[in-house]
Amino acid sequence: MPWRRNRGRTISLLLIAPLLLFTFAVFLLPIVNILTNAVANPEVSVGLPRTSAALADWDPAESDLPGDAAFEALALDLSDKSPESTRAVAAAARRLNYEISGFRSLLVSTGRALRAPGEDGKEWRERLAAIDARWAEPATWQAIRRAAPAHTTFYLLSALDMRQATDGSVSLVPESQRAYVAVLLRTLKVAAITTLLCLAIGYPLATLMVSAGRRFALILFGAVMLPFWTSLLAKTSAWIVLLQEEGPINKLLMWSGLISSPLQLIFNATGLYIVMVHMMLPFMVLPLYSTMKSIPPHYMRASVSLGANPVRGFFHVYLPMTLPGVGAGSLLTFIVTAGYYITPSLVGSPREQMLGYFVAYYAYTSVNWGLASALGLLLLVCVLALYLLAGRTVGVRQIAGLK
Amino acid sequence: MTFSRMIACAVSLAVLAGTGAGAQARDLTVVGFGGTVQDAYRKAYWDPYAALKGIKYVEDTTNGGLAKQKAMIETGNVTWDVMQMEADEVAIACDEGLLADVDWTTLSSYKDSEPSMFTPCGVGAIVWSEVLTYDADKIKEGPQSWADFWNVEKWPGKRGLRKTAKLTLELALMADGVAPADVYTVLATPEGQDRAFAKLDEIKPHIQWWESGAQPLEWLAAGSVAMTAAFNGRITTAQGEGRNFPVVWNEQLFAIDYWAIMANSPNHDQAVDLVDYMNSTGPQKLFAETIPYGIANKEAMAQLDPAVLAILPSAPENQKRALSLDTRFWIDHGQELSERFSNWVAR
Repeated sequence: MPWRRNRGRTISLLLIAPLLLFTFAVFLLPIVNILTNAVANPEVSVGLPRTSAALADWDPAESDLPGDAAFEALALDLSDKSPESTRAVAAAARRLNYEISGFRSLLVSTGRALRAPGEDGKEWRERLAAIDARWAEPATWQAIRRAAPAHTTFYLLSALDMRQATDGSVSLVPESQRAYVAVLLRTLKVAAITTLLCLAIGYPLATLMVSAGRRFALILFGAVMLPFWTSLLAKTSAWIVLLQEEGPINKLLMWSGLISSPLQLIFNATGLYIVMVHMMLPFMVLPLYSTMKSIPPHYMRASVSLGANPVRGFFHVYLPMTLPGVGAGSLLTFIVTAGYYITPSLVGSPREQMLGYFVAYYAYTSVNWGLASALGLLLLVCVLALYLLAGRTVGVRQIAGLK
Repeated sequence: MTFSRMIACAVSLAVLAGTGAGAQARDLTVVGFGGTVQDAYRKAYWDPYAALKGIKYVEDTTNGGLAKQKAMIETGNVTWDVMQMEADEVAIACDEGLLADVDWTTLSSYKDSEPSMFTPCGVGAIVWSEVLTYDADKIKEGPQSWADFWNVEKWPGKRGLRKTAKLTLELALMADGVAPADVYTVLATPEGQDRAFAKLDEIKPHIQWWESGAQPLEWLAAGSVAMTAAFNGRITTAQGEGRNFPVVWNEQLFAIDYWAIMANSPNHDQAVDLVDYMNSTGPQKLFAETIPYGIANKEAMAQLDPAVLAILPSAPENQKRALSLDTRFWIDHGQELSERFSNWVAR
């Protein structure tokens, strides 16, 4: 009965519809939004529409300054008195200020001068130059031309410490102003070290949990899961209290005579790794535990009965079978750590800040959403690349624990 | 109830919840820079005003920046009404249409006020100053200039500075021997900017960055910094609590903060009325007596005790070697220098 089968399919589709909608709304849409924000460049083409159009025909290699049409177009764009237009011009001014510092006030003050009653009959070229000499400089017009297209690689290049010159060539920004590539490498380094530390602690812990007696295993489970269920801020603040100069750990070390002056344990790299490992341990232990639990204990006994000593048995029998858990735990830990924001910003010094800090800075403080999106994209691409690499080498199904 | 009807109900409920939240009427929301200056606003302005009008109000705090305002306008969910804002940010936000462009001459308090304290979209709230301070109980012979502040050999210990390019690069140049009058001319050149960052490099390991104005004084009291840049009014408040923190007026960096009203505020008329109240003589006098920041109202200034006048940033004695924050400079260079600064801090 095909009718009945169709109906069944419709119902099952409807049943998962909320899930699909949810995935679409909270997962796919934001990513698409990030992608478009990182290349969107509407400010100048919307704020200065006539000028953008007039400058499209101008070739800076042929003449220093654009033709009269561009000057007139700019004057018309800036003379528009409607609130929407002044707002759009202000947005264009913000965008152009990225190209040349000072453009913001140049555009706003020129607009003000043009809207005020002034002498007529003069050529626009002379009038604009009289308002501000910068309108007679090629660099000013080149900046508008560069910023006029509706899409740009400006933010993506900035996120890679690069910029594009007027002639189209791409080069690195001066040494003193480079930042993001170093921050990206730092982010990956922190994530890698945290993952290795978690593995070093998590592997023996998971083994112990599998092999321990029921009661002890339960206690160990609680020790791993309780922090997992505790608020991130509570955990982080607790560590700040514990590790500070006057904190219990330093006091204990001083009292025991191991150190004579307090150690700097927080607001530096040491503190960051201590707290991050604590945050991430469950992400490592749980996949390891579930893999180890599924390994029948008589495999190891069999290896012993066949004459292998326990060390050889571990390396040839046990370890290979736990590798899917190691892969899944490591990947999970690495990805979550790379995107962490709150903990590093609370327990690290400015020098330990990761990419997430800069995404937040550009989104919330600097209001440079284009660069925030480009940096977010950079992180996303790195994590995806790692995922694909792991998928190639270990196998996606194994990482997901499906095999 | 059939399944499809259940879905329809769920969808319409979700839509209702979404639209209902934005349209809800809410109490007047006022935003200051937190800490003791906010306490003074509450005491001198907000509580008396709310009692007078029989209304409730809500407080929030900010450390500056325009991101929240921009997000409110773009999402159409305006949750602030009256805000304290820094001068360059008022100008930028006004141009970008984030603030209500009110005709301030219609305020009843306008005639009593200094005309220069009014700007498009903003009414001068306080004249504040960033100055050097230290704990005189711990340091007998204290630092007297930003050059001294940089001298970590003579005065060891951490230095508190605000984690923004604005207010920090200026101090670096003054520490490097640039006269207050030349600071912005130098800072406008790429060489001057490099010079300021190079000067900051000298004491970078010694700097403890603060973000809210209350932090540096807490740290100074706790002894975690040896000396710090801080806002003058908060230092005086700490003195009132028994702290021996002198204000070093030499090379002070002073500026005006403004009251501004959000564009599309659902409480617009009430907000204008509150700004008018805050700018009127009685409340202004009470405010300046609570915390020594300069005020816009001339009548209130005239009524102030000479002892209070002497500890305002505008006192002639304090203005001898002072730097006025250049709003125009920060409108033009704020974005570039702030981003370079945040990258530099994280190096």
